Amino acid sequence: MSIQPILIAAAALFSIGIYGILVRRNAVMVLLSIELILNSVNINFVAFNAMLSDVFLNGQIFSIFIITIAAAEVGIGLAIVLMLFRNRETANINEFDLMKW
Amino acid sequence: METIDIFSYFLLLLLLLSGIKVVTTSNVIHAAIFLVFTLATTAILFILLSAEFVALVLVLVYIGAVIVLFLFGVMITRAPLGPNAELDNDQNKLFATLISLSIFGIFTYILLQTFDSTVVISEGTSTKLLGEILLSRFVFPFELVSFVLLGALIGGITLARKDNALMDEDQI
Repeated sequence: MSIQPILIAAAALFSIGIYGILVRRNAVMVLLSIELILNSVNINFVAFNAMLSDVFLNGQIFSIFIITIAAAEVGIGLAIVLMLFRNRETANINEFDLMKW
Repeated sequence: METIDIFSYFLLLLLLLSGIKVVTTSNVIHAAIFLVFTLATTAILFILLSAEFVALVLVLVYIGAVIVLFLFGVMITRAPLGPNAELDNDQNKLFATLISLSIFGIFTYILLQTFDSTVVISEGTSTKLLGEILLSRFVFPFELVSFVLLGALIGGITLARKDNALMDEDQI
């Protein structure tokens, strides 16, 4: 099994996530797209781990750490979106202009 | 072409199709369900690449916890549950397609130029070895990440509390 189709699929998933971040208007959907990007990075790590047949399994351990950090990130992100919704009555990111000059 | 090749191509195609549906569907709940599909396909791919513990962590943490959190987020922020044309920012679409396609092109070019090896699929389980490495060589980051989770827990509770002293309603 060649590694190239896996890497291309991971790159495609990454660019799909970028597209989602740029296009979506709801903040929760932007967080979903970020999850797609993190997932593509995980795929790359595990594929390289299998390609190099690493005895220390660095790729798998890194992807476990990424999954953990992503869970923390989703919790904080949704809390921020919740607080913004409570103050602004909307979850559309183009209406959050608090830090705009 | 071997059977495993055909199976992996099928999996990758499924992964991309469900990923595209996540960002193009006009229904919030459908997007979360398609993210579940994407993550489940990723988990199968990880099992194929002999990383079964990572696959199980993905299923437990993502499909078990993160998706539930997302559905709660969708419901609490009162996003319209049916099809919704307002979900996408239409004037950004051309721009976003251009940027994502150019990123994809650059990545594909570099990756195809650089890597041309075969994936080694090892027999048996790597979970025992993974646990030993995680608690010997990576024990400091392992403990550190638990502090990160604790910080996220405290931060999430502090941000989402109703009586938030940091953020009064009249200040914002």
